[in-house]
This record gives sequence, structure tokens and C-alpha cells, in this order.
Amino acid sequence: MAEKEITLMKGNEAIAHAAIRCGCDGYFGYPITPQSEVLETLAEQKPWETTGMVVVQAESEVSSINMVYGGACTGKRVMTSSSSPGVSLMQEGISYLAGAELPALVVNVSRGGPGLGTIQPSQADYFQTVKGGGHGDYRLITLAPASVQEMADFVDLAFELAFRYRNPAMILSDGAIGQMMEKVVLPPFKPRRSEEQIASECPWATIGRKGGRKPNIITSLELRSEEMEIINLRIQAKYREIEKKEVRFEEYMTDDAEYLIVAFGSAARISKKVISIAREQGIKVGLLRPITLWPFPSAKIAELGSRMKGILTLEINAGQMVEDVRLAVECKVPVQYFGRLGGIIPEPEEVVEVLKKMVK
Amino acid sequence: MTHEIIISGFGGQGVLSMGKILAYSGLMEGKEVTWMPAYGPEQRGGTANVTVIVSDEPVSSPILSSYDVAIILNQPSLDKFEPKVKKGGILIYDGNGINVPPQRKDINVYRIDAMDTAAKLNMIKVFNMMILGGLMKVRPVVTIESVLKALRKTLPERHHHLIPMNEEAIRKGMEIIVKEN
Amino acid sequence: MTREEIIREENLVYKKPELLNDVPMHYCPGCSHGVVHKLISEVIAEMGMQEKSIGISPVGCAVFAYKYIDIDWEEAAHGRAPALATAVKRLLPDRLVFTYQGDGDLACIGTGETIHALNRGENITIIFINNAIYGMTGGQMAPTTLLGMKTVTCPYGRDPKLHGYPLKITEIAATLEGTCYVTRQSVQNVGAILKAKRAIRKAFEYSMQGKGSNLVEIVSTCNTNWKMTPEKANQWMEENMFPFYQLGDLKDNGNK
Repeated sequence: MAEKEITLMKGNEAIAHAAIRCGCDGYFGYPITPQSEVLETLAEQKPWETTGMVVVQAESEVSSINMVYGGACTGKRVMTSSSSPGVSLMQEGISYLAGAELPALVVNVSRGGPGLGTIQPSQADYFQTVKGGGHGDYRLITLAPASVQEMADFVDLAFELAFRYRNPAMILSDGAIGQMMEKVVLPPFKPRRSEEQIASECPWATIGRKGGRKPNIITSLELRSEEMEIINLRIQAKYREIEKKEVRFEEYMTDDAEYLIVAFGSAARISKKVISIAREQGIKVGLLRPITLWPFPSAKIAELGSRMKGILTLEINAGQMVEDVRLAVECKVPVQYFGRLGGIIPEPEEVVEVLKKMVK
Repeated sequence: MTHEIIISGFGGQGVLSMGKILAYSGLMEGKEVTWMPAYGPEQRGGTANVTVIVSDEPVSSPILSSYDVAIILNQPSLDKFEPKVKKGGILIYDGNGINVPPQRKDINVYRIDAMDTAAKLNMIKVFNMMILGGLMKVRPVVTIESVLKALRKTLPERHHHLIPMNEEAIRKGMEIIVKEN
Repeated sequence: MTREEIIREENLVYKKPELLNDVPMHYCPGCSHGVVHKLISEVIAEMGMQEKSIGISPVGCAVFAYKYIDIDWEEAAHGRAPALATAVKRLLPDRLVFTYQGDGDLACIGTGETIHALNRGENITIIFINNAIYGMTGGQMAPTTLLGMKTVTCPYGRDPKLHGYPLKITEIAATLEGTCYVTRQSVQNVGAILKAKRAIRKAFEYSMQGKGSNLVEIVSTCNTNWKMTPEKANQWMEENMFPFYQLGDLKDNGNK
């Protein structure tokens, strides 16, 4: 298939197709709305008959993430997907993945909480994703797609980053992007890595100690505090490197902007509409969309912020990322938050009203 | 040109699939499209709606609070979305089950009795395509050729024999839609 | 006789299994773990699977199993070893994949993972050390603690009204369609050790033949937390554990 395959599909379906195409070796998941189409699409596509990708419906999210942990130990490209309550259940496993420095992909198509909450879209898992969630000093490389196309593109990117740094990566999406259908160009097929490739690229992988090499042992346990501190310092150094090299963002109409909206994912899409309405009314506003939520584009926001009259964060939560934006500009610029909760998506017009009040 | 469309009715009326065919037809014409359902556990009988945007430019927000076109298939949907049609916009409704018809004078109101017609002609299965035909008559968002192309692309091979019936329904819809104001 | 004269091939009557690492074990003297580690090491070597085996260690006393057997290991979160094993075996079907778990790990916090991995018929082996007590954390009540048995969290003896009943998870496993071989063994004397070794070998072989999942329970002692000498612990096990946890094969579908 030489020509680009343009098709229409849901964000969740795009995740599944992209996984098959990017040489993913295994998916382990458990149904939960609004992301069940990921597992459903994989089951329908039967990749085990074509690429050899393994697909398992686990008995719980706890089991899913631990299957991912087991699979990640073998150096394979393995992933799971879930939605907020399920991702909460996975936090222990995510901490273990980070502690054992294993590459893996977790997709969160998030919904409104707390608790069982609602199945409607939400960005209320920002804190959980970028501030920990599980126990211990760790970070998750976090990509926030704003379109179905990015849902497809970020699967391979997340794996690349996860393997480059031996760290779990998260795609933090939401029910809107997961359920929405859009035009998407699926990535070309990339073969799964051979066992020889894995053995050479991941010399740490537990695939059997072929050729009489020393055993590989994957654990996050180290009872000697002095040793554990050294491990932690090494991991922290890795995080600093990621913060230096892997910040990604999109700038939109910031050149002449006097006001800046900072928003990610679906809130960024809404922001673009807000900007077109606001500019018609004479408000010069632009958008900074963090694509990586961790590492966070703090330096870029500080730079842009220094020439803004005000910053508005638009979030589908009670105001989480706003804290990181305030930290980035060190309170030198007024930073305001607007958002809706409980699965309600802010309407462009109501955000324009907030902007108008800021300008006054 | 951008078309911001809401389609709303009962679950089981083919609201989501009509939206999907519309979006897919836009795709066939090389346009930018989004299809955003109000998803949930609603099954047959509950309410269902979908926002479809077909545009020559990249689509910003897939979620809207006002629409160029509202396609309304039941009373609760009419009550909810009539106020959200942009001034000068279009409201298309099926008269079946509507007790309080649209009131606004600043929008173009069209009525299409597709449910009755489909029942009479034994075409209930393609009732939603009749509605789509009505839309295409009053606002040619996509061409009939693109719709047929989209159907060929999205329907499984074993259902391709149903395409002529779909085409007939679209043409019927174009005939029976009437302007009310 | 000099030392050199003694260390001669013809005098050799016993040898450390080649896969058992020459490191001090953290297990208490008298503990059953060491014996079972030795059996696993022997079986893997005899099957020629040194380079194709992946063990999954639990949380509990055997958390450090990876220090003792000279193969690749993954250390799981508490109770989740069968989930890890599922993924490893699915991704690497020609490898020998087994978990090594205690009663708290397998039959309490990890009951879900245990039952479902077994029921899916994953081609793995679960080695289950049942000593009716939590060893690592200091002698608390386990799901398999016998009625009347004293632990630090049931100091007046396990009372079904307060603590419920001991769980026979191996009997449950035998009822599952996905299991091929389910057996209960012990290692308190030479005869028992030989039988247990045969059971482990059979389980590993069935798993490599793709016949389904296999569970080998080893009824064991924890003389430290039982507060007995090793010898007394063995005697206590025979008198109290065996009547409730009866030894023998519960299921063997390997030749069906």
C-alpha cells in the first residue's frame, strides 16, 4: 500500500490500529467505558494471525498492568489501556515499572471522577499522571493527544521514548478524543523486532540467559538504603535528561498575542475555537498546547508569559495544570483558570466570556 | 466553508450511523471532518446525538454550543437544540412524534415526514438516509456520489446489494422535504 | 587423609546442583524453601532448560529466589506473579515459565491472578509453598492457617467466627478446566523430596508440551514463626497439616 491510507475512525480505534502497525508485541487490557474500543478493535483485527501481536483480556486492571510488567521485562513492546478508575487500580504496577526501569505504554482515555464518577470526558487525571499517582519518586513520560491523528501517531512515539529512557510512558487522552471520529492517516507497518534484535537492544531483558550469559534479574527491590539512594539518584538524573531533551508543545497564534491560553488535549481544540471567536471580537489571544505534560514546557510558558497581559488555563477539571503554569511564570503574570467538571466539556462561548472579563 | 451539524433523536433511529455516513462522505471529498457522539449507555429508545463537522479547513473544537444545521428526530431533541441553531441557520425535523413544532422565525425551518414515508414504502431500514437526502437538498454539504462512495467503503461487501435502496431513500428525502417558514 | 585426597572424583557422593548459586541463603535453618529451590534447580538442569527458563518471584520470604537459582528472573508485585507469567509465556511460548509463591501471595492478595491464570490454561507452572503463615512479615495469619493455629494476628488461635476458614486453593484449582496437573506434595523426608521433584518435573514438562496450567503445592514448615525446632515442625506438619491438606495428585490430565 504505497499511497497514504486516509480513513475515518475513533481515537480508541486509532490506538489499536497504530499499536498493530508499530510493531507492538502485546496488549493486555480490561474493558471500561469510554475506551473499550481499543480491546474490541484488537480482538476484531486478530493481529496474532498477522503480526504475531499477543492480545489478552485480563481479569482486572491490576492484572493487566502486571501482565504489562511481565511482558516489559522481556524487552517486548507491550501496552495496556484503560480509563480513570481502571488507571487508579494500575498505579501500583506503574510505580513498579518506573522502579524497575521498564519501558511500557499505558493509555488513559480519562473520564470524570472522583470515584465511579461519570463516563463522560474529563482531564481530572492530570495530577495523577504527572505528579505520581503511585508511590515513590518517579515520573511518567506523558503525551497528550489533541486529535485522532495524534492518538495514532503517539503510540509509536511513546514506545520510542519509553525504550530510549527505559521508563513507562503514558498517553493521557480523554473520552472525547477516544470516542470522536476524525480523518486519520495510519502509520505504515513496522515489523515487530526479532528476538536477536531485542537481545542486542535490550541486554537487560529476561528472555532466558542464552549463550551462558549472567542471569538477568528485574526487580525494584533493594533493601540497603545506601544502594537504594544511588538507584534513585540515577533515575532522577535520567528524568533531568528527559526534561532537557523531550519537551514538546504546539504554539498557535502567539506572535501578536496579548493573552495566552494554555490547554492540552481536547481543551486545546476548544481553545482554538475560542481564539477564532475572541479574535473576531478584537481580543488578541494565542494558545500554547503542551504535548508532553511531563516533561512540562515550563521554559516556553515562562518565555511567552513574559510578554502577555494574562494567562488563562482551560482545563476539563477543577484546575490542576494551572499550578504548573503559575510555577512556570513564577507568578510574574496573572494566571487564571477556567474549566468544567463532572464530564461537562466547556463550550467555546463561555470561555470567550471569561477572556472578555480578563481583558476588562 | 464549514458545516456544523447536530443530529439528534432516539437511539435506534440511526442517528449515529447517519452522522457517520455524512462524515465519511465528507472524507471522500477530501474535506476535514469530525464525528463526536454524545456517548453513553443509551440503547434503543434513549436519546442519542452526534455532532458532525465538515469543513475545508482543519476543525478546531469538535464540541459546539451552536450549529449551522440541526436535524431533529424527536421532541426532546427539538426542545434542546432549537435554541442552539445559529441565526439564519437551518432546522430540519421529522414531524413524527412532534407535538410542539419549531417556533423560531430567524432560522430556516424544514419539515421532512420521513418516518411516515418510510413506513408507507416499507423502507424503515433506510429512514435515516431519507433524512440525509433532505439535508442534502437544502444544504448540499456533500454530493450524492460521495455518499454512495462512502456507503461502498463502509458497508461490508455482503450488504452492498442494499446500496440502491439507500440511494432511492436519499432521492425520496430530497423530494419530500418542505420549507415551513 | 589430606583435604586433597578427599576431594577426588571417586569420593564424590553428592554435588550442589549446578544452577544453585553458591551464596549464603537468607532462609532460616530448617525452612522448606531451600529444598524446593534445589529441586527446581535440578529439574531445570536435567531438562536442559538453563538458557530458556524464566522464573517469577513473589513478595514474601521467596522474594529473593532470584538470588539462588541461576536463571533469568522477574520479581513481581505482591500476588501478581501469575499475571507476569501469563505475559512472558504468551510472548515467549518456547520458554519454561514458572512462578514461585507463598500462601499469602498466592492464596490471599493474588487469589484473582492465580485462579484466572490457571483457568485460562496458561502453559505455566505455579510452585506454591504453603506453610500456613506469613513468614517474611513475622508470623501473621495466612489464608491457609489451620483452625486453632496461633499466629501473631490470631494469638488465641484461628477462630472461624473471627477469621473464617483455611482456604484449600489447590482443590479449587483442580476443578478449573484450564489446569492440567494439580498436585500437593511435601519435602520433610527423602521419600517426599523425591516425589516432589517428580511432580515439579512433570508440571514443567506439561507446561512445555502446551497442556495447560500446572499447580504444585508443597506443604511446608515455618519453624521460626511456628516457634518450633525444625524436627518438631516437621512432626507438627505431619500431624496437623497433612490431615487437612492431604498429599497426592488432585488432577493429572497430562496423558488424556
